Amino acid sequence: MTTSGERLLEIEGLQKSYGERLVLRGIDLQVSKGEVIVILGPSGCGKSTLLRCLNGLEPVQGGKISYHGQDLAGPGVDWREVRQRIGMVFQNYELFPHMTVLGNILLGPLKVQKREPQEARRQAEQLLERVGLLERKDAYPRQLSGGQKQRIAIVRALCMNPEIMLFDEVTASLDPEMVREVLDVILGLAEQGMTMIIVTHEMGFARSVGDRIVFMDEGSICEIAEPQQFFTEPATERAQHFLDIFQY
Amino acid sequence: MNLDWKFIEDSLPLYGDAMWLTLKLAFWAIIFSSMVGLIFSVILYYKVRGLSLLIQAYIELSRNTPLLVQLFFLYYGLPKIGLHMSEVTCAIVGLTFLGGSYMTEAFRGGMEAVSRTQVELGLSIGLSRTQLARYVILPQAFAISIPSLGANVIFLLKETSVVGAIALMDLMNVAKDLIGMHYKTAESLLLLVAAYLILVLPLSVVLGWLERKVRYAEFGD
Repeated sequence: MTTSGERLLEIEGLQKSYGERLVLRGIDLQVSKGEVIVILGPSGCGKSTLLRCLNGLEPVQGGKISYHGQDLAGPGVDWREVRQRIGMVFQNYELFPHMTVLGNILLGPLKVQKREPQEARRQAEQLLERVGLLERKDAYPRQLSGGQKQRIAIVRALCMNPEIMLFDEVTASLDPEMVREVLDVILGLAEQGMTMIIVTHEMGFARSVGDRIVFMDEGSICEIAEPQQFFTEPATERAQHFLDIFQY
Repeated sequence: MNLDWKFIEDSLPLYGDAMWLTLKLAFWAIIFSSMVGLIFSVILYYKVRGLSLLIQAYIELSRNTPLLVQLFFLYYGLPKIGLHMSEVTCAIVGLTFLGGSYMTEAFRGGMEAVSRTQVELGLSIGLSRTQLARYVILPQAFAISIPSLGANVIFLLKETSVVGAIALMDLMNVAKDLIGMHYKTAESLLLLVAAYLILVLPLSVVLGWLERKVRYAEFGD
């Protein structure tokens, strides 16, 4: 995958704690435009928390997150504006249950971005077509499978035209046969050059989609490496141990 | 049992007028209670400091005192400090004072049943707090709480039956009067039950229809 090298996001010494417990102990990470970062690590290592900090869902206690000249870790961030440019997809494939598929997708573009309805609708339909769900545009979430809902959740985030997409274990709650259809959508985005930070437990997927693998443990980054390097010769013992668990 | 049909026929206009009054009181009480409930539940949900405490005190006071006592207070108590209201206003204020707390609790229960992840979803697409309430929380809360809202509506309509205590000629009071004056107990009570059923049954049907409509998106048929 090619990256233009332009730095989009620079995280420096990011700290986050819940009360006394430090869950992010000084994270340093740079993300370039078009880059796909995959974060791996045992549960409780802080990888989901890191994503949530980047979307303003968790307040942070220290460090810097530079994004277009502003510090997202500092005070006075206009998160409403930032969230339109940093989209997020969650683990529990939730849609707004009282709205149709199109209603879900268009809520942000129409109410937050105040876009022209016809133009936004056209984009929503194009995106739905791309994930193979155009004919479900008037369905309600209860009529959809988990995999379909998660693809629509991705479209909902994409329809805001974000610059960066954050994926927080988006296949972890899905039935195995639905994992593929969701991962394919994300692979498609990678091919189009979308900048993404992906937290996942799908090792094969991580290897094929990631430009860099970030391995975290106990609130710190232990290792950053190219996928080939990471999966064949991890530099740290903890990464090796983590990978061993995934081999029977 | 022989019913005095002549008496029934002669009493119909009295019951008709009383039905109107009962309906009018219930209508305004339901409208105002719902408005109070909507506003107060949003304040409680967002835990607005100071106001939340006041509203909680109001809820306790409203739910733990009988409507009759509340009406006496409004009708006989307030004039002592120079606040006079007509009987109809008193009844509507009293019913709203009672119904407001029930509506608040019904809405609040619904809002709190909307999951934290729904809130985060809304935030993650850039909705403001007001938009979050307007487009995400309240519509879902409404669908969840509509059965208890409906129960409150019928409850309020039936609670109008105590306004006779402040000299209003509602259905209950008319029936009591007729029994007292003519000893036509069976006829008067029959008309009373019929009148309440005529008011409440269509309301139940409308509420049932509304419930199906509002809940269709989330829960299907």
